[in-house]
Amino acid sequence: MSMHKLNIDTEEFKVNPQYRLQFEEAQGCYVLLFPEGLIKLSDSAAAILERCQQGTTLETLVLSLKQAFPGVDGLEEDVRAFLEDAGQQDWILPVGT
Amino acid sequence: MQANRTGSSQSALEMAEENYIPMWLLAELTYACPVQCPYCSNPLQISASRKQELSTKEWFEVLRQARKLGAVQLGFSGGEPLLRRDLVELLQEAKDLGFYTNLITSAIGLNAKKISEFKEAGLGHIQISFQGADEATNKRFGGTDSFEQKMSMTREVISQKLPLGLNFVLHRNNLHQVTKFLTMAKELGAEFVELANTQYYGWAKHNEEHLLPSKLQLEDAESATNDFRRQHAGSMDIFFVAPDYYDDRPKKCSNGWATTMINVTPEGDVLPCHAAKIIPGVEFPNVRNQPLEEIWHSSELFNKFRGTDWMVEPCLSCPEKEQDLGGCRCQALMLTGDAANADPVCSLSPHHDKVTAITEKAQRPFNPEEPVPLLFRNMKNAKQFQTD
Repeated sequence: MSMHKLNIDTEEFKVNPQYRLQFEEAQGCYVLLFPEGLIKLSDSAAAILERCQQGTTLETLVLSLKQAFPGVDGLEEDVRAFLEDAGQQDWILPVGT
Repeated sequence: MQANRTGSSQSALEMAEENYIPMWLLAELTYACPVQCPYCSNPLQISASRKQELSTKEWFEVLRQARKLGAVQLGFSGGEPLLRRDLVELLQEAKDLGFYTNLITSAIGLNAKKISEFKEAGLGHIQISFQGADEATNKRFGGTDSFEQKMSMTREVISQKLPLGLNFVLHRNNLHQVTKFLTMAKELGAEFVELANTQYYGWAKHNEEHLLPSKLQLEDAESATNDFRRQHAGSMDIFFVAPDYYDDRPKKCSNGWATTMINVTPEGDVLPCHAAKIIPGVEFPNVRNQPLEEIWHSSELFNKFRGTDWMVEPCLSCPEKEQDLGGCRCQALMLTGDAANADPVCSLSPHHDKVTAITEKAQRPFNPEEPVPLLFRNMKNAKQFQTD
């Protein structure tokens, strides 16, 4: 549980280093693994988290997603909503914590 | 493994229901253990000999086969898994295969060098259990002088930045220590604490009369936990797991019998849950004789209570049957004599009086002076239960 809650507008962020993102053939999807549990990810959630592995900003992330998925309506709002939630759950953390 | 994190096991469940993938492998590496917890959920019939334990190569094969079936969360448990000399090799193999590995340990035998080796070999998370919130209580209910060791290893795991959970197993003789436990955990810097009330299987069932708390004790402990959460919001995740006996609806067995979990015992028996060895009239499949895939999909044991077709009344026509799948088969067996009956924890069970008879006896007020004649889990005490 992180004391420092992430601000995605002002901070760089990355996938929680204690969590592991990997593709599972048996389930046919990406999962996020953490102590004694896992979350099955939708394709879009996986596409976002894959781009947060090394540390990124909201701007860089959205740019990269727009290039990969051109013409998707409301992409930035969806990404923002997902990141807010992911930050609450500690799936992503500010870089440097 | 005493209990799961309630929050995370639910998401694991959602994905399992589609096509029954054993996402959780619990590998009980050995029954040998330096701790003698009288609330252990291991079977009473544990063998003192370690000769029948699976070899390193056999465990590698179990891991490979389980991974192929879709297992991804792995628990190394026991007994005390640190007693396996090949633990680093097993951790490395698990990592290479793509498992996320959890080590469930008493911390006895652990040191800073081992923690760093385990981390290097890919261990994901370590869970350390305490038997009491001070030296005397920890010794009284664990049968070992291990309190300082547990404290210093907790600090060491945190300083090496390996994800850590602390597990406090609760019963009527230490339930009043909840605030002390939580204060200690916070001072140590733990981020996750599980307050796991004893559930009554194996040794715990045998010692039930002296372990089951009163309703009042439980309520006090829960309210102390909630107070602590309020005072220290945001600093520590705390899970409080109440004993099943005080619920009026049962819990699913291991997220549903043979839906999510696969348990391999030190000798290679494969079970849908760690207590299932008591189910009578069924052959227990073993990894030495049969591939895991065949066991998971086709064995009599794994299909015996899968889904809802096996149910009898009142479960059969119950509108809630999909929610709890009739509850725990072992609890049904132990309390009603038939594993296919409704878990008698359910207030709709015609055998619910068996549970209330047990809980009624536990309502005597907690008296720290009361004698507590517990049978400790050790090989000497296990001898009397040996059948072969």
